[in-house]
Amino acid sequence: MLLLLLGIVVLHVAALVLLFVSTIVSAWVGNPNSSSDLWTNCTTLNGISTCNPADTGVWIQAVQALMILSIIFSFLSLFLFFCQLFTLQKGGRFFLTGAFQIFASLFVMSGAIIYTVMNFEWVHQSEFYGFSYILAWVAFPLAFISGLIYVVLRKRE
Amino acid sequence: MPSGLIPFPFHLFSFHHPSLSRNPSHTDLRGEQREIMLSVLALTSVVLLGIASQTTAIVVYTSWERHALVGTDVRLSCSFFSWQWTSPDVTFSWHYRPDGAKEAISIFHYAGGIPYVDTKGPFRDRMEFVGNPSRRDGSILLKNVDFADNGTFTCDAKNPPDIAGSPSHVRLFVFEKVPVQAGVITGAIIGVVLGLLILIVAIYYLMRFLVARRVFSLSMSKHGRKGKGKEGSQQKQKPKVPLVFISF
Repeated sequence: MLLLLLGIVVLHVAALVLLFVSTIVSAWVGNPNSSSDLWTNCTTLNGISTCNPADTGVWIQAVQALMILSIIFSFLSLFLFFCQLFTLQKGGRFFLTGAFQIFASLFVMSGAIIYTVMNFEWVHQSEFYGFSYILAWVAFPLAFISGLIYVVLRKRE
Repeated sequence: MPSGLIPFPFHLFSFHHPSLSRNPSHTDLRGEQREIMLSVLALTSVVLLGIASQTTAIVVYTSWERHALVGTDVRLSCSFFSWQWTSPDVTFSWHYRPDGAKEAISIFHYAGGIPYVDTKGPFRDRMEFVGNPSRRDGSILLKNVDFADNGTFTCDAKNPPDIAGSPSHVRLFVFEKVPVQAGVITGAIIGVVLGLLILIVAIYYLMRFLVARRVFSLSMSKHGRKGKGKEGSQQKQKPKVPLVFISF
């Protein structure tokens, strides 16, 4: 049973770490010698890399906000899990924890969708999607499953 | 130097002060100190005013920058500060230097109570004088601005005999669409969502508190002391190592 607890926490923390990396590292789209979004655009020419702040459109700011909100909600969910672990009655469900984690996953999903649909407005030369973008998409199902597990979890003793 | 014109408050420094003739009590000395301090303050302020009115020039105020959308009207405000009273011969003049040009052209002049608006330059039929010179306001209104109106506008005001001073510049930026500052929308979205969260939590706890209070007061009125004894027996058990299990 302790193993189950540990597994659930590890899953949650993994989703949280993926969210962190996806938000902080600015590598959502890229060229062979440049990477850009969410916060800066960095290009490497002849070994010298120059970074400019990212475009300040409405949509990219919405994506920034959604990613940050997903991190906050996932963090709150982890905190609430430990709170509820010690204060919930026997047989109670971790509804609040699960709800927060599911909200976090929904925020990541909407952030990634908005980015995918609207990024033609500010991205001009890009060949492929960077690893931060992929991590965001991976974090979404992880967080969602983690939230669902919390909803079906019951407290014993 | 008009030092002779400044009135010196001699009467406050007379040696035959009425309070000194009696036995100086504690309150009399305090009052005397206060009087001396006030008179020194008044003296220094009058001296400074007297000196300042001769050396400070006229100061012209305008905005630093103005941002406007294409096709809108822009009001360029200009005001000045001067120690002299507003003279009937006050003059305002506006010059315009386009972005990238070296020379500035004159586009507006107000003198002798009559505003002279540009009728040949780039702002013909587009400029209006909306200022109030008697209130030291020499603002102009530019209508229907375009990208060609980007540049630096200079306002120069003169208030005879106070004529020495430097003009003030305001830069005009004309945009197609108003640019959004970085982080404003991000912060707004985060703030709204977190605010809603806190609001919902607060309402939830408030409802719980109100309901609990109502239930408590109802039970008190119905059962009296008996009810209190029953509630005390239900206590929470000490939490052991928590275990969880999954069930559907």
